[in-house]
Amino acid sequence: MIAESRPVQRPPEARLLAIDAAGRMRQLRRADFVTMLRSGDLVIANDAATLPASLHGTHVGTNTAIEVRLAGWPSSTLGDPRRIHTIVFGAGDYRQRTEDRLPPPVLHPGDRLALGPLSARIETLLGHPRLVALGFEGPRDAIWAGLASHGKPIQYTHVPTPLALWDVWTPIAGPPVAFEAPSAGFALDWQSIVAMRARDIVFAALTHAAGISSTGDPELDNLLPFDEPYSIPAATAVAIRAARDRGSRIVAIGTTVVRALEAAGAPDGIVRAENGVATGRISAGTRLRVVDALLTGAHEPGTSHHALLGAFLDEAMLRRADAELAENQYRTHEFGDSVLIERGIGSSQLAHALCRAEKIA
Amino acid sequence: MGESSNRQQEGLSSPEPALRVAITGGTAGLGLALVREFHRRGAAIAFVARGRDRVERVAREIPRTHGIIGDLARKEDIHPIALQITGNLGGLDVLVNNASSLGRVPLALLADTECEQLERALATNLMGPFRLTRALLGALSASARQGRGAVILNITSDAAINPYPQWGAYGASKAALLHLSRIWDAELAGEGVRVLALDPGDMDTALHAIALPDSDPASLKRPETAARELADVIAAALPNSNPCGVRPA
Repeated sequence: MIAESRPVQRPPEARLLAIDAAGRMRQLRRADFVTMLRSGDLVIANDAATLPASLHGTHVGTNTAIEVRLAGWPSSTLGDPRRIHTIVFGAGDYRQRTEDRLPPPVLHPGDRLALGPLSARIETLLGHPRLVALGFEGPRDAIWAGLASHGKPIQYTHVPTPLALWDVWTPIAGPPVAFEAPSAGFALDWQSIVAMRARDIVFAALTHAAGISSTGDPELDNLLPFDEPYSIPAATAVAIRAARDRGSRIVAIGTTVVRALEAAGAPDGIVRAENGVATGRISAGTRLRVVDALLTGAHEPGTSHHALLGAFLDEAMLRRADAELAENQYRTHEFGDSVLIERGIGSSQLAHALCRAEKIA
Repeated sequence: MGESSNRQQEGLSSPEPALRVAITGGTAGLGLALVREFHRRGAAIAFVARGRDRVERVAREIPRTHGIIGDLARKEDIHPIALQITGNLGGLDVLVNNASSLGRVPLALLADTECEQLERALATNLMGPFRLTRALLGALSASARQGRGAVILNITSDAAINPYPQWGAYGASKAALLHLSRIWDAELAGEGVRVLALDPGDMDTALHAIALPDSDPASLKRPETAARELADVIAAALPNSNPCGVRPA
């Protein structure tokens, strides 16, 4: 009765590769990541809870079995379940690689989908035959109840047993707006937040609707990441300004936090409290304005997450890090190992330093 | 290509939502009285209970409330309940763990209590609040960081302190809940989350009638009175900076 599931999120042996601004690499236990932080650092995590975003059901017109995966919010409606951007799959489930899944029937606006207790209608196609804006019918309470009872978290073929919601919620999970887990947050526990406070490290959060990470369709994957709404609380904006003023680092827990902060950040690194939408990709050419260091998973080259690391490390350094991860067999999946990357001294950090020097002078 | 942003609204200037309250066991007795009390004070409310008919009736009857069907004693129900609470309310400031089970009715000596009956009391009165609080702690601590405050109220009983014969399953589970609350309150002080455990007193409720069928209802506290007192205590535990607060009774 009391036993909880296996510790999927926090494998006790999880490892961390830490890379500092000078390019020095160090391996340690992920549980010790707080020791790599400095007094005064501001640590910002994504507190989005993960939706049960996989729903099985029927395409009513053709009476064909389908699966839909909720994948993104229309730009301005973070958390309103009545309209959600969705990818439609044919029959089958997560035990098959997404690449091998049957396609759904040809989809048209107006098509009805029966998804357990939920009834939905395709409103529009979104530039791809399997990507649709799905309108759920009924009051919001009933839609939440239907998602809660019928939805399952998006599953991964590398995890042998089905994931439950508790497996994909980080310890700080709050508003249910993420379509896949903001998995860097699995490195956190409440003890780590206590340990931060004891060392004058400030902890804050924002909410970013992490979207689907992979669709199995190269054309669709090219569209990733989808536009992702975020919400930055006033208290977090104030903490960022204070950290900037005292010359402390901003440490992002996860690529979603980088996306939100860099979307919201002014050129001088000041972030306003706002609800916004992060669009476009962050990669080697992006000049980071806010984030100084990033704790994230060990990402495979070729993914959009990996490309984002190019904004923190130059190409040679990124290749060295990839080699180090491969050589030491770091696990790259959602419940795998982690890296902590401090942005190399680049033009933007020099600009910050000069700004501060001017202020002091 | 750089990251761009479509700004819609200044979080600073957006209207603060009303106090967001979740109450378990919200369709009868003290729980229903708490739903009414917080509604009277202008809060947005999600309440949880097992019976579909009663949940739907209360949600229809009291506007701005979200009825959620679920069983706190079932581990599998906890995250779906938490999902609906934060989905409907957009966050959470106050959680009242009120749903309770006597474990064995009619009440009986511990030596006559089956293991499964004690387990049922522990599942509802201890594990349920523990699991739901953990699942909602992210939302509650976010409220605390944002200066709105966060309060978890666990409903206990004098049976948690006094060794009343025949109240073993219930009393032991409430004693565990009381001590869990004290420890958690100490541990979460740094996060700005308060964990309270309060005994509302002997009330004229269905649960009390089942436990002590011969007692005179007129001698018992009305649940509405207890709900008002508890809501006052919660209001006092929220910071003055809470922009919505709880309107005075």
